[in-house]
Amino acid sequence: MIKTLIQKLTETYSPSGYENDIRQVIRAEIESLVDDIRVDALGNLIARKGSNGKNGKRIMLAGHMDEIGLITTHIDPNGFIRFSGIGGIYPHTLYSGRVRFLNGVTGVIGCERIIDINKTLPVGHLFIDVGATNTRDCPIKIGEVAAFDRPFFDMGKRLVGKAMDDRIGCAVMIEALRTLKDSPHDIYFVFTTQEEVGLRGAVTSAYGIDPEIGISLDVTATGDTPKARKMDVSLGQGPAIKIKDGGMLSDVRVVDWMIHTAQKGRIPFQREVLEGGTTDATAIQLTRSGVPAGCISIPCRYIHSPSEMVDTDDVINATKLLVALLSNPISLK
Amino acid sequence: MANSTTLDKKRLALLEKLSQAMGVSGEEGEIRNIILEEIRPLGVDFKIDALGNLLVLKKGTGKIRHKVMLAAHMDEIGFMIAADDGEGLFRFEINGGIDVRQLPGKAVIVGKDHIPGVIGARPIHLTSSSERKDKIPLNSLRIDVGPGSNKIKRGDRATFATHFQRVGPSIIGKALDDRLGVAVLIELLKQPYPDIDLQVAFTVQEETGLRGARVAAFSFKPDLAFVVDSTPAYDLPSWDDEENISYNCHLGAGPAIYISDGATLSDPRLIRLLVNTAEKEGFSYQFRQPGGGGTDAGSIHKQGSGIPSVSISIPGRYAHTAVGMARISDFNDTIFLLKATLQSIPPDFLAQERK
Amino acid sequence: MSDILPFLKELISAPGLSGNETPISTIIQNEWQQLVDEVSVSRLGSLHGLRHGCLAAPRPSILVATHMDAIGLMITGIQSGFLRFTDIGGVDPRVLPGQQVWVYASGPKADKQSPIPGWIVQPPAALLPEEFENKVVPIENLYIDIGLTPERVQQFVQVGDIVSFAQCPIELVGETLSGHSLDNRAAVAALTICLQELQFIRHAWDIWAVATVQEEEGLVGAYTSTFQIRPTLAIVIDTTWAKGPGSEEWNTFPLAKGPTLMWGPNFHPKLHKGLKDMAEKMEISHAVEITGRHSGTDAFATQVIAEGIPTMAIGIPIRYMHTPVEIVAIKDIQRTGRLLAGFIASLTIDFMNTIVLDS
Repeated sequence: MIKTLIQKLTETYSPSGYENDIRQVIRAEIESLVDDIRVDALGNLIARKGSNGKNGKRIMLAGHMDEIGLITTHIDPNGFIRFSGIGGIYPHTLYSGRVRFLNGVTGVIGCERIIDINKTLPVGHLFIDVGATNTRDCPIKIGEVAAFDRPFFDMGKRLVGKAMDDRIGCAVMIEALRTLKDSPHDIYFVFTTQEEVGLRGAVTSAYGIDPEIGISLDVTATGDTPKARKMDVSLGQGPAIKIKDGGMLSDVRVVDWMIHTAQKGRIPFQREVLEGGTTDATAIQLTRSGVPAGCISIPCRYIHSPSEMVDTDDVINATKLLVALLSNPISLK
Repeated sequence: MANSTTLDKKRLALLEKLSQAMGVSGEEGEIRNIILEEIRPLGVDFKIDALGNLLVLKKGTGKIRHKVMLAAHMDEIGFMIAADDGEGLFRFEINGGIDVRQLPGKAVIVGKDHIPGVIGARPIHLTSSSERKDKIPLNSLRIDVGPGSNKIKRGDRATFATHFQRVGPSIIGKALDDRLGVAVLIELLKQPYPDIDLQVAFTVQEETGLRGARVAAFSFKPDLAFVVDSTPAYDLPSWDDEENISYNCHLGAGPAIYISDGATLSDPRLIRLLVNTAEKEGFSYQFRQPGGGGTDAGSIHKQGSGIPSVSISIPGRYAHTAVGMARISDFNDTIFLLKATLQSIPPDFLAQERK
Repeated sequence: MSDILPFLKELISAPGLSGNETPISTIIQNEWQQLVDEVSVSRLGSLHGLRHGCLAAPRPSILVATHMDAIGLMITGIQSGFLRFTDIGGVDPRVLPGQQVWVYASGPKADKQSPIPGWIVQPPAALLPEEFENKVVPIENLYIDIGLTPERVQQFVQVGDIVSFAQCPIELVGETLSGHSLDNRAAVAALTICLQELQFIRHAWDIWAVATVQEEEGLVGAYTSTFQIRPTLAIVIDTTWAKGPGSEEWNTFPLAKGPTLMWGPNFHPKLHKGLKDMAEKMEISHAVEITGRHSGTDAFATQVIAEGIPTMAIGIPIRYMHTPVEIVAIKDIQRTGRLLAGFIASLTIDFMNTIVLDS
């Protein structure tokens, strides 16, 4: 059941640059379903299925395995850990939160004295408390990394967890791989690394594959919470077909193909323009001589917080859409 | 005009001509000439007074006749060339109230020959993001007609270069305030009113202080006055989806009857007359929210010993910008309501107490 | 030399926003077809025109890039019949209130062949947050009004629809033209003049005339087309800032006094000198433009492709860049085209040896 998979993926701790654990979890899920599998120099997990049939295209799918996290910069004499962020960390999501280091140690985030309760202290005024009392008995050293520590929570229709960005994209790719019956295409399921720090895994994996079409699977924001930044995407209204985001303009031919496929398959979808934020597709588009690229987004509330929320039906429909796109010949006009 | 939302080619062409003509306060000649062309064939008496007002008289035939004045202003807000900076760049003044944030990046036309020019702005690349939050002050803006011009002089008028258009139920153009009112009066002049002497004033300099109307009312000495202007419709959504409680009036809801504005408290008898006529005939109308602003009625009602007055306006969005927008149905409904009202003023109208 | 004005007006009357360049690409292709030997389109839509040189193969090649995309807007939502929008490329909100635009609507009732007119409007103060009282209203609080009732709007417009400025070209005094998208269609016109000139001149090198896509949103076309073509040299033509109201004295250039030759880390110093010497020889007036880091042009991309490509850029001065009323002097476009043609014609087989950087 997909919820079990999502739980497994979101409860793994792998910030950018340290994707070992999540890579092993994903590899175990897909190894038996693909024709070949390898890991490249940046740690990207690249799994290939199929071969070019008639009208077949070389397609690269990208969902990033890494999550945002924290990295230790200093241990003070009393054993408190100073840190900075890996990827987009917002201080207001950290206060009194819990984190888990890669070596299993858990800690609480505390802050220096708050003089103005209405102002958020920047990351430099926060610290992690792992229960140590001095530098010697502190189990953490400089450079060690941690991720949010929050269990997955099933609300029924809505699902909450840390790192839905982008374990949910990975889940959609894995489910699509499981349910895909036949495809004329040569498909690369790429679980990328270091997206949160600059789409780095996508840059190198795309160069290596040189695909004809690129599609990223990632989360996008919604405009459906009180006094939210205005946006026409909502939870539960279907996967979002990305037209533009802060980093790229999706190839119009790819957008048309996605919309057409969704309409034909009666799959609900939304049209997405995201102001601020981007995905691996931006990097894929710029590869070599260029790659027509697009993105299927899973709407998500509270992105980059420890409690990201998605809708189960959106996930199921995103999977359906991806399978429909991969199952038939493609001619982009 | 059978259907309220249609407008025949001839009337549309007249509106286009009126909208695109230049008549900045103090230089309304181009508009006056267009009006004269329309009214000469009607065989009515007219004269042009010392300020440039066009005063038209259509006498009735009945025994007892009220003298009823109608007024609409010919002038529009615009610009005036103030200094020649060389290289085709000119400093300019604004006449009338224009939000200076509406000026950068627009095309304009200058002088009697409608010479094209643009109001540019410092490129986004050369401004800091904090600078971009502040509006560009008027003394940093210039009208640019290209280097080497020798046809433009200080004192020439200029307006936005907007092209009049019709889109579905709407008409878009500059100076809809108050060329729509002018067009309504031209239409009304074509109808018969046996029981009134119709005194129509196409006024000047409304935008700079209701000045033309003042002397026109003195010349006419009417018994009653109706002023036809355009009033802003602020009927947009609120940024936070809260209820919009200061919409002033709504586009498409019919002519807006004024109860009170910043310059006039309308005569209640005239308000009642308009409302009763509308209700009887089943015409659309709405009330303009009481509040600021002013029309020619502000000068007219205070002339001589006082003249009972009311204003009735065609709603228009985005007044005093390059782009005015109105609904054809509101324009037509204003004509219907006024025509019916003028034809049904009871002979003992002024015998009623003002209340 | 043929009159470039009609073609230039056609170029700035067609839409072609970043990511949606097909309409402008078609116009350019029709013109270039007669001036080059092969026309092709890159994977992302950049237009490549190849003119063979007369040396035996393999010949060195020069890539001349002019971006064909223009800035504009995109619909992000519909609220009570009014359209919310965002910008594509850098659009200054200060020039927006009162602008007419074309909405390329794609809804069920829309005629996809013809756009519908719309007007950008600033809501009254009472409907805006207090902080914007007398300040510039940001894009996210402006609307586009298309003059239709809310029910009709839903039938025509969809999220993601493209919006371009509707300002028509205006001929001003002094042989200048005003309109939107002179950045960078003026450069496309200059490159076209260069190709026209070269019809009558022998040139040794291959020429790749490239109209790139998406310069305004990440130099995407420049990175990818340069990788595909791997030229020996690259020259980029873009627009630069002309003197005018609101511009400083020190980094702007007079209209109608010639193009600029850019100088800075983004540019190969000996290639710069080569162009400068040719300008002086041809008596084409020009200025030197200093660019400290990012030149803000496709040249930032072409220089770092593969093993690195010696790059230069020529700037055509325009007033009011990135507004719908940009102004260009036709003479500056003609000078740029002639200079390019003269330089390209002068390239010999051993030119690259002459520009080796000293050790």
